[in-house]
Amino acid sequence: MNLDVLTGLATPIAMGILLGGLYALIALGLSLVFGVMKLINIAHGDLVLLSSYLAFTIMTSLGIDPILSLVIGMPVLFVVGFAIQRYLLNRAFRISMEAPLIIAFGISIILQNLYQIVWTPLSRGLTTSYALESFGVGGIRIPLVYLLDFIVAIVVMIFLREFLRRTYLGKAISAASQDRGASQLMGINTNRVYAFAFAIAMVFAAIAGVFLGLTFPFTPQSGVSFLIIAFGVVVLGGLGSIVGTFIGGLVMGLAQTLGGYFLGAAAQMLVAYLIVLIVLGARPRGLLGR
Amino acid sequence: MGRRGHKMPQETLLKVSNIDVFYGGLQALRDISLTVELGEIVAIIGANGAGKSTLLNAISGMVHPVKGSIEYDGKNIATLEPFQIVALGICQVPEAGRVFPNMTVLDNLIIGSYNHNARPKREQNLKSVYQHFPILEERKKQLGKTLSGGERQMLAIGRGLMSDPKLMLFDEMSLGLSPIVINELYRVLRGIRARGITVILVEQNVRRSLKEADRAYILEAGQVALSGNVEELREEEKVKKAYFGA
Repeated sequence: MNLDVLTGLATPIAMGILLGGLYALIALGLSLVFGVMKLINIAHGDLVLLSSYLAFTIMTSLGIDPILSLVIGMPVLFVVGFAIQRYLLNRAFRISMEAPLIIAFGISIILQNLYQIVWTPLSRGLTTSYALESFGVGGIRIPLVYLLDFIVAIVVMIFLREFLRRTYLGKAISAASQDRGASQLMGINTNRVYAFAFAIAMVFAAIAGVFLGLTFPFTPQSGVSFLIIAFGVVVLGGLGSIVGTFIGGLVMGLAQTLGGYFLGAAAQMLVAYLIVLIVLGARPRGLLGR
Repeated sequence: MGRRGHKMPQETLLKVSNIDVFYGGLQALRDISLTVELGEIVAIIGANGAGKSTLLNAISGMVHPVKGSIEYDGKNIATLEPFQIVALGICQVPEAGRVFPNMTVLDNLIIGSYNHNARPKREQNLKSVYQHFPILEERKKQLGKTLSGGERQMLAIGRGLMSDPKLMLFDEMSLGLSPIVINELYRVLRGIRARGITVILVEQNVRRSLKEADRAYILEAGQVALSGNVEELREEEKVKKAYFGA
């Protein structure tokens, strides 16, 4: 291999790793909800998108920077998440395991239509002064937001890990996810813990939504593509594991950029999902699954 | 009067009156009544499927009776949720312990003190759990799933003690464990009783439970077939035939 090929590969590899951080960030809330409630939240992508649109409106109407607007976006999504679990999903869990899935599907459709009405089908973006900046490292150029995405993803994942380990609520979330009945016998109000877990997952969705919006344009249908990416990440990493989610994100990011490099932009997602398929065939519980 | 001769003023801590419980469409308990006095060890004995665990789960609030009442400390708890019942001082140590496999021993114990009444006493209770089970202090950083069967049961009991209970329910505490471990667990059980904690014991080991308890209830097909002081029950022909092969 000559040097040109290596420097040629450096860009997709660097971009893939940084993008992987963002993908892990999108998937974190999905993974948390699945790990604790055993629910595949079909509305996850649309809820991530809610944060993108919220930041868009705050930016265009009040002129507040999208990252700063998270001061509003995070509490809003926390409350939305808490309410969805407390008033819809907890009730549905009593009926069957399918009922919450159908409710999540319903939330997804409602949100997509809401976005069409309020924000029109036009493509939007969180275009800021720094969104288009890039910097050079060793002959390759990296967009600043990609680096930002990656750093934020790492910080958020460390935060989640410490939260689960150090606080009573975090330990209760872990306990409820490992053995619901035993956690109830230990005095844990599992319905309340579920509501908090969903609310916390939505705070992560809020952060993911803003950084996605800074990185890519979005439309009312983008939630579906976010969900598919998040789902791939979570399947690769093994559901409910933070480190697994991070590794899953890196694999998805790299598969996408390297696939695009070798086979062209049209094949990006194809390569990513072929890898998901291969990993699932070899290790049905994910790369780190037990 | 208990067989050890300590006469304490009888004060009813738990009074289960005529409860019916259904479990997945089937009637698991039929018109069951039971009383437990403060400071007693009461054994519940019976074959598999007789309703022993369901009775404990009804007291813990995991299932709710469709009829009858469960009074604890003079208050009807039959409709309360498990977390409310734990906060009142009733703690169940479930069958096989069910420790949290991917949490450390210490975190398992800390989860035991989750209810608000237990939190302020956490350090004090942790110290006494470590006195009962020094092995748990040695293993406090290990994950629950790395423990042996006996250690898991010790952790489950320790976790229960962390909830600062007044009444502890043990479901098949000695199931599948070696005689040495079982002796150790019963030694701790006597220590728990000595601290003034009342105990309900569900056991498949009839001989052992009739030795350790003050009184026993024998369940058959979801009903109380016999009850009384353990001395009387040991002499009962039916019990001898069914459980001691005599």
